[in-house]
Amino acid sequence: MSRARPILLLACLVLAGAGCSDARDDSGARTVEFWAMGREGELVKQLVPEFERRNLGIRVRVQQIPWSAAHEKLITALVGGTMPDAFQLGSTWVAELVALRALEPLDRPDDDRSTAARLGGDPSLDAAHGDGGAARDAVRADGGTPPDVTDGGVFPGIAAANVVDGTVFGVPWYVDTRLLFVRSDILEASGCTQPLRTWDAWLACMTRVHDGGRDRFAILLPLTEWETPVILALQRGATLLRDDDGRGDFQGSAFRTAFETYVGLFARGLAPRGGEAQASSLYQGFGEGLFSFVLTGPWNLAQFAARLPADLAGKWTTMPLPAPDDHYPGVSLAGGASLAVWRGSHVKHEARRWTAFLAEPEQQAALYRASGALPARRSAWRALGLDTAPGTRAFWVQLGNVRPPPRVPEWERIATLIGRRAEGVIRGEDTVDAALAALDEEADRILEKRRWLRTQHDTRDGTR
Amino acid sequence: MSAATTERQGRAAALLVSPALAAIVAFFFLPVVAALALSVTDFDIYALADLANLRFVGVRNYVRLAADPTFRTALWNTAFFVLVAAPLSIAVSLGAALLVDAKLARFPTFYRTVLFLPVVTTLVAAAVVWRYLYHPRFGLLNHALGVLGVAPIDWLGDPRWAMLAIVLMTVWKGFGFNMVVFVAGLRAIPPRLYEAASLDGAGTLATFRHVTLPLLAPTTTFVALMTVIGDFQLFSEPYVMTQGGPGDRTLSVVLLMYREGFRWWNLGTAAATAFVLFAIILALSALGLLVRRDDATDAGVAVGAHEAAHDGAHDGAHDDTRAGAPRAGEQA
Repeated sequence: MSRARPILLLACLVLAGAGCSDARDDSGARTVEFWAMGREGELVKQLVPEFERRNLGIRVRVQQIPWSAAHEKLITALVGGTMPDAFQLGSTWVAELVALRALEPLDRPDDDRSTAARLGGDPSLDAAHGDGGAARDAVRADGGTPPDVTDGGVFPGIAAANVVDGTVFGVPWYVDTRLLFVRSDILEASGCTQPLRTWDAWLACMTRVHDGGRDRFAILLPLTEWETPVILALQRGATLLRDDDGRGDFQGSAFRTAFETYVGLFARGLAPRGGEAQASSLYQGFGEGLFSFVLTGPWNLAQFAARLPADLAGKWTTMPLPAPDDHYPGVSLAGGASLAVWRGSHVKHEARRWTAFLAEPEQQAALYRASGALPARRSAWRALGLDTAPGTRAFWVQLGNVRPPPRVPEWERIATLIGRRAEGVIRGEDTVDAALAALDEEADRILEKRRWLRTQHDTRDGTR
Repeated sequence: MSAATTERQGRAAALLVSPALAAIVAFFFLPVVAALALSVTDFDIYALADLANLRFVGVRNYVRLAADPTFRTALWNTAFFVLVAAPLSIAVSLGAALLVDAKLARFPTFYRTVLFLPVVTTLVAAAVVWRYLYHPRFGLLNHALGVLGVAPIDWLGDPRWAMLAIVLMTVWKGFGFNMVVFVAGLRAIPPRLYEAASLDGAGTLATFRHVTLPLLAPTTTFVALMTVIGDFQLFSEPYVMTQGGPGDRTLSVVLLMYREGFRWWNLGTAAATAFVLFAIILALSALGLLVRRDDATDAGVAVGAHEAAHDGAHDGAHDDTRAGAPRAGEQA
């Protein structure tokens, strides 16, 4: 790439530069096109002036994309060759975009900088550069200090979500995981005095809560979401896929046990089967004590505070997940948003500086203050005092034990089927055995192409 | 007319037609052929990354569709939707047309406009409002049922009701258009037939059965055909209101196709789904047109006695086709 570049530029000059996509404006500044989703797109605009002040010669143009259309837009943009230079993405999309060869590997030294300097970019840019050493397991963005995973850096499970086949493709921006939101007053009234560190204690407590009132449930679990059964399965040690992610492993004992526990929550009346309708009145139901546990994510911290009646303040809290054994806290899902650079970008160097800037602890803290999105870096947590604050403290503990779901492009699709099959069993339309067998069959069919591609690669490598 | 003139005229005609023809080839036939080609491959994101990963799979996509329980669910849902929504929509729009066109009706233009309003409302906006109406705890609909002493219904969350909720909203959204077509059809019936019927002593019901309905037959066939074609392409309503849930009860064929194609990027399967739907609609349209031709002959016989009515019916049919043209385009 670095060698092809001057030639390309020369061609641009010859062609008077007009239509060339080298993203320079009249003043010679290079423009980084950046896509951010939802509210982040709005908030990130406030961070642009500071970045541009520090990096003369780089402009950032932020495009706001609605979350609901983000995935489709990214892929259509990729097909149409109109990708932004840098963009935000859900960490579960990383594998898919890697398969599409859309993402620039970020653990290699940025070899673009000399070219950039030669082309009249601000030479002082390079002074701030870290050395080109490859800390492969650490998620490092170019420029600034490489975020260290072990201390003050990124939560390990979150970092792992951005690594595909040993290569880093995303810079963790903010994190997302699920844990329990709890009505502590009802728990106390129901006599749940022990800390809920194991499944046994948790189930016993939920039964007490359920028995404590007529028409009362213990926990609200969104019926169609795959996250809960998958979290329980991960806690049981399920790998979800087997054969090097070539087949489903849903009839394996780990997944089966977890799945039975999950549907058992509905069968025993601990969780309501009402489906989406209940979810739409989540805050009211929690406020009324219709259920005392909700398994949900950090976005609800602000929502609960804002939407629950004022007299409930101090009567609810958050709690890391119990474990099936004594390895508290039980594992949860590593999710969140990452920042990535398009492989075909002409301003990769600048795009990487921008993503590195956004990943700085101060900028993550700024994003938290504006939106409540939990920072990916531990130093930002400490700076904000989130590691000790009520509400977020449980997330701090939980994020110490999170794991990403399988990193294959097909995962989202398989995950959707898990949600669907679980829903079928909960509604009584299907048995556990039939549902799990069907899941394996569907997963095997979805992953067939993946297995075929692997044999193709093997034969190709064999002939060489 | 000499051969040379004919040839020159032929050439001029070809020249005049060619721009339109070129547009149709470029924007209709070529995409259709490309989609057909796509449907016999396993085009997916791996192929998107590198065309070397594309495999020719013959009819495998179609075979899998036939065996796919989700596709069968979607097909059944769509068929159910068409079977319930189409007759309901036709009945409601005919009823509305009769009311609006009645001699006793005051301000018919006003009512016609009001009843036509849902047709021109943005669907997504309407769907959002309907979601509120259907809300199990705070929705107006359940509130009204509560007044009547009926227990609240979880309209969009209960698998038994979700599709009916979609039907209700779709009928509300679309009946205005059919109503306007029916009004045009009613206007084309010559008043003297009604006079004759009343002289023969026919009551309102008898007049409706023996005069209005038979003479509306071409209009009805047209409306039915357009409604069925449109209903088979059910997509936006479940996409906005239920995303196919609960438990795939509102998953339509087009929604499934969209999911396959643009959510999972299995463009091969999505294209195959499109062609299956195309075949179904084509078969039904052919059937509908056959019925219509029979109707036309029937009408011809019936009108033989009232020679003047013949023209009326014809005019009516003529108007319909014109009125229908934009809708057909919109549906496509």
